Amino acid sequence: MREDKGFLKNVDGWLILIYLILVVAGWLNIYAAVYDENHSSIFDLSQRYGKQMLFVIGGLVIAILVLLVDMRFFMNTAYLFYGLSIVLLLAVLVIGTIVSGQQAWIQIGGFSLQPAEFAKFATNLALAKYLSSSGVSMKRMSSILMSFIVIFFPAVLILLQPDTGSALVFAAFILVLYREGLPAWIVWTGFAAIVIFMLDLLLPFWIVLIILGLGTGALIFINKKTFKNIASAILLFAVAAGFSYGSNYLFDKLEPHQQDRINVLIGKEVDLQGVGYNVNQSKIAIGSGGVIGKGYLQGTQTKFNFVPEQATDFIFCTVGEEWGFIGSIVILSLFLVLILRIMLLAERQRNEFARIYGYGVAAILFFHVLVNIGMVIGLLPVIGIPLPFFSYGGSSLWAFTLLLFVFIKQDASRIAF
Amino acid sequence: MRNQQAQRQSQITTMIVVVFLIFIARLFYLQIMDDTSTKGATDNALRNVTQYPARGLIYDRNGELLVYNEAVYDLMVIPGQVVEMDTLEFCTLIDISIDDFRKNLEKARRHSRFAPSIFERQLSKETYGQLQERLFKFRGFYVQPRTLRKYPRPIAAHVLGYIGEVNDEMIENDPYYKSGDYIGMSGLERFYEEFLRGQKGNKILLVDVHNREKGSFRNGLYDTASVPGMSMQSTLDIEVQELAELLMQGKRGSIVAIEPATGEILTFVSSPGYDPNLLVGRVRGANFHKLNTDPQKPLFNRASQAEYPPGSIFKIPQGLIAMQQGVVSEHTGFACDQSQVGCHPHPPAYNMRAAVKVSCNPYFVATFRRIIQQNKDRSVFIDARIGLEQWNKDIRSFGFGERLGIDLPDANVRRGLIPTVAFYDRWYGENTWGFSTFRSVSIGQGEVGIIPLQMANLAAIVANRGYYITPHLARTFEDTLVPTKDFVEKHHTTVDPKHFEPVVWGMYDAVYEPGGTARRAQVDGIVVCGKTGTVQNPHGRNHATFVAFAPMDEPKIAIAVFIENSGFGGTWAAPIASLVIEKYLTREIKRKELMQQMIETNFMHTAAH
Repeated sequence: MREDKGFLKNVDGWLILIYLILVVAGWLNIYAAVYDENHSSIFDLSQRYGKQMLFVIGGLVIAILVLLVDMRFFMNTAYLFYGLSIVLLLAVLVIGTIVSGQQAWIQIGGFSLQPAEFAKFATNLALAKYLSSSGVSMKRMSSILMSFIVIFFPAVLILLQPDTGSALVFAAFILVLYREGLPAWIVWTGFAAIVIFMLDLLLPFWIVLIILGLGTGALIFINKKTFKNIASAILLFAVAAGFSYGSNYLFDKLEPHQQDRINVLIGKEVDLQGVGYNVNQSKIAIGSGGVIGKGYLQGTQTKFNFVPEQATDFIFCTVGEEWGFIGSIVILSLFLVLILRIMLLAERQRNEFARIYGYGVAAILFFHVLVNIGMVIGLLPVIGIPLPFFSYGGSSLWAFTLLLFVFIKQDASRIAF
Repeated sequence: MRNQQAQRQSQITTMIVVVFLIFIARLFYLQIMDDTSTKGATDNALRNVTQYPARGLIYDRNGELLVYNEAVYDLMVIPGQVVEMDTLEFCTLIDISIDDFRKNLEKARRHSRFAPSIFERQLSKETYGQLQERLFKFRGFYVQPRTLRKYPRPIAAHVLGYIGEVNDEMIENDPYYKSGDYIGMSGLERFYEEFLRGQKGNKILLVDVHNREKGSFRNGLYDTASVPGMSMQSTLDIEVQELAELLMQGKRGSIVAIEPATGEILTFVSSPGYDPNLLVGRVRGANFHKLNTDPQKPLFNRASQAEYPPGSIFKIPQGLIAMQQGVVSEHTGFACDQSQVGCHPHPPAYNMRAAVKVSCNPYFVATFRRIIQQNKDRSVFIDARIGLEQWNKDIRSFGFGERLGIDLPDANVRRGLIPTVAFYDRWYGENTWGFSTFRSVSIGQGEVGIIPLQMANLAAIVANRGYYITPHLARTFEDTLVPTKDFVEKHHTTVDPKHFEPVVWGMYDAVYEPGGTARRAQVDGIVVCGKTGTVQNPHGRNHATFVAFAPMDEPKIAIAVFIENSGFGGTWAAPIASLVIEKYLTREIKRKELMQQMIETNFMHTAAH
């Protein structure tokens, strides 16, 4: 790789193309979502769409800068970035601006920076660096433990803001660990814990106990009835019951609005005016789009502010309403192709760092799309995280751009190895 | 190791693809299968605002305004759009309690989450003004302009009727009406509902979630304009009506005056009445209850709903029918033989004219006996049946016992009672009754029920010498004559016009000759013909009645006055009638003292039982 060969040499054209389509589509949809006849120019800088245009330009600058620097720069400075993001996450807890109950923003001049968005990027770097170091293996408990610390330390700091959505994103790294050989039982245990947690929310504690008891019975019945098997089954039951009790206890400790959100999601409560309002309005907006949508700028639901946060977390509503089923599928497919393409490219990296980093990018993007679209179409609880490249917001767009283009750079440079 | 990684790679890929497939399936369901959200979207962003037409105004026959409209504002709510808000500020603005707020909202929510309901009715202009500025803070609420009826003078309540909100049954019967609409409930408002109401329009507005109107939908392509109701000129003369109501204050009873040549009702009073403004707006419910439970029954329209025995005024048709049937002539005289019926001292009734003048009871008993018992059958009972049957035909041609086709709702008008053969058969059994059984009917007592409107119509028949035009209250709509042939057709009685002269002269004598019963009915410069009646009342003091018309030639007004429990007809009913006649024909009252005396007289607390 030589400078004189141009910064676009060997870059993956598909990724760049999808990136550009998503970013521009996002900008156009933000315009549609907050469209106001008094400020009808899409370049009006006093409006969100005008600002988003600046963010997009800024993102392109970041992309070019990333492509210009040497690929090893990010590998070598991974821990530095990680440390810096930890400092920022600590700083935001002290000097951060509080917006709707979350201390998530650092005000710098006219712009506000959201350290949590960059923490994802930095953590991905650090995790890739750590996992690719010699002697680190998912077969070793100490490595597993260290990986979890790298992943969840920033997550806990973000949880303190409290920004549950962004914190949850860090769970995406489990996918990376799994790809790198994390024992399946750890994943299954985590999965079982989530199922038990859901049961706890839906059912009274004693019924959950009965279900766990029946499960234990079944376990004993299927396996050889040795003392060891029976004893471990009973032990498993005790642990599960303890966890169930603990999660009930923790749920009670959640903020009331978070409890509400979970309750509405699992259908325990129907409250169309309160928490359910967002999701209900969002479903109405999407549903009213039909097959081909109402046409660009013709949406009534999003434009007239029926859907809250329509430019940020609920931006997909505008797609659903104005572009219909077909438009929604196009956007979803772009994300799917983007994620699968990143995974494919990651698998062909000879450099372990680049592979793991690539998986991290795919995992983060996937998790964002999963949680965001799942929320907007009413399949998942309302957890406020942005739709990558699409939602309004500079921090988010720049962080995702950084995340993606560092991988594109790695991929473009793989021949140099 | 390689193997495990490849396996996990495909597991992860599969999981991601499955998630996207689930999303697509969900989107397919939301956007294509399920159309409830399309409906929700329409309810959300489009608001149908009903354009209520102004209800038609009502004028009197001289163009004086009787009923007009005043703008009020109904506060509407779409419960599905209401979000957390400053309830206290809201309640203070429209002056209701938090409790009422909750109740109203709950009620609206039960009606529909997405369709608008009336949250609070009829806010005043002032309240509306204050609220409007802050309405944007209260998502889901908006204001619907409406009109209320107002009455410049507190009169003619029974004629005009009132409007009220439609009930479920009305909505079911006529899809024009929607919950919260107003409809004429009684009187002219009800009878001419379809003329007065106009046609509702609809305006479709785009609204955003903050309840701000964003202009009309597709530039008003689907909007319909409302059509204002037709203005109506009624036949009432407001000044005469006002005086008549004044004269009747402190009395139970009625005054009905008709222009004989046209059947137009000039005055239509039921006393006690009420101020029609009481049954308007937010106070309506409380006032309605008060009026409805008042023992004097002010809501009851005595002029067309109260059936009274007519007393001596009934001698007019009795004499006319007898002459028509040829059982007496105008020269027939009868002695005042009080063996079967009482009478008062008077000069002998040597002919029909004199009999009418002095109102001799035995004279008309003898006359009616001749009508009923004409010896057409050997059996006195069968003979009476034949006589009664023929008499029924004749008396009913005067509009008695029949529903006069007045333009008031059926519920506000009674037919009255004229006894038939079947009636007495049912009462006494076949062939067990004869004339002597119902002798008192001769003089308008017993089994006869006449409403004051029919009494006035009787006066009109005599004034017209033999016919009437259905009395009515609507004159024109939008300057077009009421297009009902019922209101121009002459209904001839079975009595030949020539027989009316002796009766008319008898009525003249009653007013002007010494010994006449109605001398207090005289009006300077106008020749009034009248007939008094005193209705024996087994429950209390006698009722007084008086029918008259004036002037004698080319009559312009026919009138009936009925005053419950006031005693002799000549004392109260006759002078009150004469004052109304004077007012109508001369536009002023010269006899101020008499008027004052009449106004101040109170029979309200004399025995009503």
